[in-house]
Amino acid sequence: MVKELICIVCPQGCHLTVEEEKEYQVSGHRCARGVAYGRSEAMNPTRVLTSTVCVRSARHPRCPVKTSQPIPKKDLFRAMALLDDIVLDLPVHRGDVVVKNILGHPADIIATRDIT
Amino acid sequence: MADPYQMLVIGGGPAGLGAAISAKENGLSRILVVERDLELGGILNQCVHNGFGLHYFGEELTGPEYAGRMTGRLEGSGIEILCDTMVLSIHPGQDVHRVCLMSACSGYRCLDTETIVLAMGCRERTRGAIGIPGTRAAGILTAGTAQRYVNMEGYMVGKRVIVLGSGDIGLIMARRMTLEGAKVLACVEIMPFSGGLARNIVQCLDDYGIPLLLSHTITEIGGRSRVERVTVQQVDASLQPVEGTERYFDVDTVLLSVGLIPENELTREAGIAMDPRTGGPLVFENKETSIRGIFACGNVLQVHDLVDYVTEESEEAGKAAAAYVLGKATAAFAPPADRIIDVTPGKGIACVIPQKIRLDRLEEKIRFFFRVSEPSKTPKRVMLGDGERVAASFRRPWMAPGEMEHIKVDRSTLQEMQGEILLLTIED
Amino acid sequence: MYDLAIIGAGVVGCALAYELSSRDLSLVLIEKENDVAMGASRANTAIIHAGFDPAPETLMGQLNVEGMRRCYDLCEELDVEHRKTGSLVVAFDQEQQRTLDVLYRQGIVNGCQGLEIIDGAEARRREPNLSPEIIAALWAPEAGVINPWEFALAMAEVAVRNGVVFMPNTEVVGLEWRGDHYQITAPSLTEPIRSRYLVNAAGVNSDLIHEMAAEPAFQITPTRGEYYLLDRTVGTLVQSIIFHSPTEQGKGVTVSPTIHNNFLIGPNSEVIEDRADTGVTRSGLSHIGEVALRMVPSLDLRSNIRNFAGVRANSPENDFYIKMSAANFLDLAAIKSPGLTCAPAIARLGADLLEKTGLPMKKKTHWQGGRRVIRFKEIPEEKRAAFIRDNPLYGRVICRCETITEGEIMAAMQREIPPVSIDGVKRRAGTGMGRCQGGFCGPRILEILARETKRSPLSIEEDGSGSLILTSETKKGCDRG
Repeated sequence: MVKELICIVCPQGCHLTVEEEKEYQVSGHRCARGVAYGRSEAMNPTRVLTSTVCVRSARHPRCPVKTSQPIPKKDLFRAMALLDDIVLDLPVHRGDVVVKNILGHPADIIATRDIT
Repeated sequence: MADPYQMLVIGGGPAGLGAAISAKENGLSRILVVERDLELGGILNQCVHNGFGLHYFGEELTGPEYAGRMTGRLEGSGIEILCDTMVLSIHPGQDVHRVCLMSACSGYRCLDTETIVLAMGCRERTRGAIGIPGTRAAGILTAGTAQRYVNMEGYMVGKRVIVLGSGDIGLIMARRMTLEGAKVLACVEIMPFSGGLARNIVQCLDDYGIPLLLSHTITEIGGRSRVERVTVQQVDASLQPVEGTERYFDVDTVLLSVGLIPENELTREAGIAMDPRTGGPLVFENKETSIRGIFACGNVLQVHDLVDYVTEESEEAGKAAAAYVLGKATAAFAPPADRIIDVTPGKGIACVIPQKIRLDRLEEKIRFFFRVSEPSKTPKRVMLGDGERVAASFRRPWMAPGEMEHIKVDRSTLQEMQGEILLLTIED
Repeated sequence: MYDLAIIGAGVVGCALAYELSSRDLSLVLIEKENDVAMGASRANTAIIHAGFDPAPETLMGQLNVEGMRRCYDLCEELDVEHRKTGSLVVAFDQEQQRTLDVLYRQGIVNGCQGLEIIDGAEARRREPNLSPEIIAALWAPEAGVINPWEFALAMAEVAVRNGVVFMPNTEVVGLEWRGDHYQITAPSLTEPIRSRYLVNAAGVNSDLIHEMAAEPAFQITPTRGEYYLLDRTVGTLVQSIIFHSPTEQGKGVTVSPTIHNNFLIGPNSEVIEDRADTGVTRSGLSHIGEVALRMVPSLDLRSNIRNFAGVRANSPENDFYIKMSAANFLDLAAIKSPGLTCAPAIARLGADLLEKTGLPMKKKTHWQGGRRVIRFKEIPEEKRAAFIRDNPLYGRVICRCETITEGEIMAAMQREIPPVSIDGVKRRAGTGMGRCQGGFCGPRILEILARETKRSPLSIEEDGSGSLILTSETKKGCDRG
């Protein structure tokens, strides 16, 4: 299986080819960071998820949140579904852990602002 | 009559906050920040996504986190804040300027201040401004307004979406709407290249299988009370729709991401000179406008892509305003004509800041921010000169209109120049 | 049982309701949309016409000048935004110049004052931005610009204040004469409305209403007119209204300052099938742009704030259809330009016709006329501090582009016909009409509307029925504390 993707590490945007059968060999890169990106994107693409959760507050009905580190791309929608059921009460502080180890991953869901 | 403020900042977003904090650090003590929303933070409050702060903080932060870092530095600073307050007019004066503002709580007042920092940000270009034929059904909104509804108020604005414009706001909202359960059918871009960052194309469109239609535009919107369908057509080299290329999309929402316009109504009414290329005021090397003691920074001066540069620019403005207040008698505001250099965008350059340089006022290095008119994937040289001699040149491996560029030039290079015009051009 | 039912709350229906609200009558003003002035009354060139354009033998010609004078009086009494700008009809060639002479003579017969034929040089002296190709112009000092929806609203508000019942969201589908009254049916009514007299003021649909009560007598050819609205930051291009010499299709494209100092350009004239199609077209806008640039070459169409279109109730007879067409049934139909200007005169004529057929016109003992609107922008600088101290909500600006405050929005919510949509607030308080087209104030107004009408934000409409803005809550929603 050959995966084609565009490197996003720097604005040059090299077109990478990653051959999964050949131990994720990367070609089309112009630097070492591209190799690392190509491999990780092909093997296990991860993303930081940012969204909002409900807050019991008329003035601030939503609190912005993010994952404390990237989670597998394939789990983004499942994580979003979990966030649907969260309701926070005031006060909320930046960095508060809203969900620990989301979907069993090391990442937590944390609040990214204060709401008092 | 109370003592005048030393600095009055119009806008409590990253630009305004950066200027206020920098002014404080550079010796000012009577600083007021006026913000029309209920809280500080500006547009960052609704930018729940990350990508902010890589340059300035060395970390990847979300918009609210970046805003939080800025507002955190206000604590204990003595900087006064007025929220839910709108500045209505600026009246430039000789020794002090007068700013009239009002709020429900504090009423209508006019305050005197030695310096003003314009940090009002920008607004979004509308459908009317680009003239899309069709109905006026509900469901057509700018991406930023949609972002406010979704992220701040907690409401979805549609179920089946098409995005017009591939600037970052459109791309970010394409992802946001998809994550919240909408179907985004396409992102339509009239130019043959995208206006957004490559990482956003990947993480906002490719990740979700949303097609990017370059050299296309929406030529009609249909629907009685609510949007029901749009017509998309390819465009030719002069950006005119090509007959016979009509495609129809069944959508209930059109999100417009077709440009940002610096919000300079107050600026114009005050008689401050404007640059039609940037849409913002003309500024000198230290971000001072054509009126002494009035400075500008952030999106109101030029539309930025990265808030990190807004912060740096605003810190320069704050520092300059502080220097002005504390050292008023010294440097001349309007030196003789032969000591001013006009900075002019030449071939390949869309706009550049600052537009004027007072040679006597330069710091050791001066940074120019500029945008190119066309993208280039091959290396180019950015040239500085008077039209005949080249004063400096810089190599750049790639450039795009959607990514603001900058170069740093030594003071000595400029002081050695003969002419009064500094030309910035792009050569191979 | 009502004494009189008026079908259609456009400017004509509202003018009649206003006129008759001082009589001892029970009146109902029925409207199919969710607000007043939702048809051509809000999507027109917003002009008070001087009165030279319609031929003297037509009803339009006979009512124009009377209507024009009454419009100015009413605007003063009802605090409706307006300005007497004067107008110039411009000619580019001899044939058009001859048309100016015809208009001049018509104007004299119709009762206009101060008409003047001037040459191109004089026209350019008065309006320096006019094209150098203009060879002559007809100057009419009595023409002016008006806020057309505010005009209709103001009259309707006074009518409601004085007992007229306003019934929106009521689309009349059947009329039945029961010997001494009409039975009016509409899908939204649980039982029919009954009224002794009926007035048809249904605008572009006035033929349909007519044919529910009488044999076909006139035809409506729905004619769409498109517009550009240019931002006032382009500067003062022209001070008076500039008309292109009229053609068979109508008055032709106009370049006009608006009451808010923006510039309105349009309309074109396209007969359309779907009466409700108020979409704008590439070709329509292109035509308007061409003609406008011919008259005022320095126009910059890129300063466009928005485009819109209105569908006019034109007819092949090219005149108003005003007649008692059946028992106790008055047609105020086929009202095309200068319908807005003529509205007060149409109302007066309509009242006369109704009186002649026996509708009693005894005056009420108490009638509360007049209307005053507080506009923050108009409060003199030196009075602002004190005013806001006493009325703090006028200190919070909601619409930044037009400097409209929460006080004005709340006042609009409390008027006799409160707004039910974002655009309803816009038509009453002036919000959302500026550069950002509601991008900034929209969410704030939605919040205020929901709060004041105690409705969910999800049910708030942008304009007409069904134009919902929000589709659901994110996160399945939750208690908002």
